[in-house]
Amino acid sequence: MASYFLRRLAMAIPVMFFVALFVFLLLRLTPGDPAQAIAGDQATPAQLAAIRENLGLDKPIASQFVAWITNMAAGDFGSSLISQRPVLEMIGQRIGPTLALAVMAMIFTVVISLPLGVLAAWRHGGMVDRFVMALSVVGFSVPIFVIGYVLIAVFAVNLKWFPVQGYKPLAEGFGPFFHRIVMPGLALSFFYIALVSRMTRASMLEVLREDYVRTARAKGLGERIVLFRHALRNAAIPILTVVGTGFAMMVSGVVVTETVFNIPGLGRLVVDGVLARDYPLIQAIILLTAGTYVLINLLIDLSYALTDPRIRYQ
Amino acid sequence: MTFRFKTFGAAALLASSLHALPAFAETTLNVVMQAPLRTLDPILSTAQIVRTHGFMVFDTLLGMDAKYNPQPQMADYTVSADKLTYTLTLRDGLKWHDGTPVKAEDCVASIKRWGANDGAARTMMAHVASIEATSDTVLVIKLAKPFGQVLELLAKPSPVPPFMMPKRLAETPAGKQVTEMVGSGPFRFVAEQYRPGDQAVYVKNKDYKPRSEPMSWTAGGKTVNVDKVVWKAMPDMQTSINALQSGDVDLIEQVTIDLLPLLKANDEIKTGAINALGSQVTGRFNHRLPPFDNPKVRQGAMYALDQDQLMQTAIGDSQYYKLCASVYGCDVPLASDAGSEYLKGSAKERMAKAKELLKASGYDGTPVLMMQPTDLTILSTQPIVAAERLREAGFKVDVASMDWATLQSRKNGWQPVAQGGWNMFFTYWGVSGIWNPTVHAMLDASGADTAWSGWPKSARVEELRTAYLTASTLDEQKKIAREIQQIAYDEGFYFNAGEFQSVAAWNAKLKNLRPGPITLFWGVSK
Repeated sequence: MASYFLRRLAMAIPVMFFVALFVFLLLRLTPGDPAQAIAGDQATPAQLAAIRENLGLDKPIASQFVAWITNMAAGDFGSSLISQRPVLEMIGQRIGPTLALAVMAMIFTVVISLPLGVLAAWRHGGMVDRFVMALSVVGFSVPIFVIGYVLIAVFAVNLKWFPVQGYKPLAEGFGPFFHRIVMPGLALSFFYIALVSRMTRASMLEVLREDYVRTARAKGLGERIVLFRHALRNAAIPILTVVGTGFAMMVSGVVVTETVFNIPGLGRLVVDGVLARDYPLIQAIILLTAGTYVLINLLIDLSYALTDPRIRYQ
Repeated sequence: MTFRFKTFGAAALLASSLHALPAFAETTLNVVMQAPLRTLDPILSTAQIVRTHGFMVFDTLLGMDAKYNPQPQMADYTVSADKLTYTLTLRDGLKWHDGTPVKAEDCVASIKRWGANDGAARTMMAHVASIEATSDTVLVIKLAKPFGQVLELLAKPSPVPPFMMPKRLAETPAGKQVTEMVGSGPFRFVAEQYRPGDQAVYVKNKDYKPRSEPMSWTAGGKTVNVDKVVWKAMPDMQTSINALQSGDVDLIEQVTIDLLPLLKANDEIKTGAINALGSQVTGRFNHRLPPFDNPKVRQGAMYALDQDQLMQTAIGDSQYYKLCASVYGCDVPLASDAGSEYLKGSAKERMAKAKELLKASGYDGTPVLMMQPTDLTILSTQPIVAAERLREAGFKVDVASMDWATLQSRKNGWQPVAQGGWNMFFTYWGVSGIWNPTVHAMLDASGADTAWSGWPKSARVEELRTAYLTASTLDEQKKIAREIQQIAYDEGFYFNAGEFQSVAAWNAKLKNLRPGPITLFWGVSK
């Protein structure tokens, strides 16, 4: 297991290098000028040239890449061209709200979608199944910003149960943190509830037709034990895969939720970075996201062994 | 189930409300600004948000009052009889935010840095023989040749005001950002709570001693009546409005016009203009590339375009825009109707004239590449409307959609269109940045590579701009400004597409929110 883990980590190095190279080149090919973002629309060419020179943007692209990749290998991700602050510090300021939002949404997803999927499979073709399927179509189809605005209109503006916007870190107390993260978490989870409940239903339907399930029922075991201990555990691998990749997608795709609920997270930071052509910031965030995907995929693979004893890693 | 849900809701509310109780009564002004604050150096940036930030943290030697007159702010001044020597004496008790006293040598270094970065300041510095600190509190500016705009430029609120900073910061080279925010202004910047692009926090500078004169724009007493000002970036306007209505936010600096009806129905919210000066929308021609390298073609385009149509599509409600010929802004001292013949008559009549001029110009059908920024609401509609009008007049027009950052970068080049060049785009300028020929970058007629995009060339305009610098009376200045304006129309420097007024919304509890050339946070109380 340990050697498998290390081997997979080693394989991540070339992946990350090619991601770094691709992102670097893509950004340099994108039109736009960070100097203009600093100096504003009314800046003169002389001002822009002075800023470019100061930032090293007048140097050849190859030497810029070598300098960046060398510094990064030493743990220095550089500073934002626009704000001049270390990019890791900026990411550190923003990653907390995004992770909190993703975790909250994932909790809603797992708690709601697993029982729904199991119920739909158990009552296949019945009213419950149709209801769950209809709900998942809604979850897939309605954009997050519509769900967000509906939640705000109902629970914040009319009922006044929750604030309309904003984020409080956990350090300021669980009450304020929870109060502000519930609605965005719920809005973000809608799509994933639809996805995971459908996946759970499909996977459960397959397993429920297996002989060992029939045997379990023939032994006289209760339906709850059959469904959750025998069937769900065997149906778990595709569900775990979706949940894992779903979490990575949440971390890297929360910009709309962050915008609607005014959460100062990573999604908004990356959009700001792109609009201002803040190369080091975008590069660092994309590398971080790629690293998250690699790590989560590895953790998913390792978790298979926990749910299916037949799987062993050499 | 219902009971449990209500209990949960009540518990969550209780927990948060208990937490929300402050330890002491601190007055905080929560504001959604018109743009996120991403950079801090107000000398290096021409962006409005950075300028407003500059006025929070830094102070200026002179301020501009509501009648456009320079007035003492950090310093009182005297001018020699020959108008070649300006002596500025710092008032007592000025301190930097790090506690050290403001000295004349700090101001000398600050003026020099400003002079290296700002366009109008560079013009002034070309007339300066020396700037010296003769004592800790006195600095003297000696001119080598007459220059009538020294006081106006030292007091100008836009685009780059001469903010004073400690010498060690002011000696930062041109092109490099100052990131340590130590000024002597009425607010201190809280660096620890700054999140670029998201949040900026300012606290009252308790060491600041306001002038005794009444507040008037950036002149007079800057008395701070709140403990803290928090700027929040909210990219979604609906979220901002929800936050204002729920009391999370006290002021939205700029509300999109189409959402104003949502606020007008609420008695606890007020709306209005707190920026005393509007913004002029400008359609800029590239004079270096065909077809707009031909003045007759530019004239045809000027007649084809229509101020009212462009404003209607961008703003909609006519109470929030003005139509006038003045290239300096509709309500400034230099405003005149010179060149208004290009704007008179119905849209149909003017289209007939445009067709006639275009036919006579020898236009060969070269397509016009019109850049359209899709991510800037205020400027995304004009290129579409303008393109239709130009097509009707006989132009071939290609509209190239792009984001604002791409447009800003592309406008700086003059290579052929096939290699990434351009022929026309729209932008807007705050009136405080165009109100006279010295600061108005679109009237730079040198045609030089260092000029602002568009590169019009007119020897006569350059002569007049030089003459304006030494004009001693307002009448003389008006006469020169009028002639420049007429040439700018005849030569098609740019199409003046009208002036819009940004509208703010605020909680009715706010008092003394006064109009200014920027949003002013001194004087306001809550």
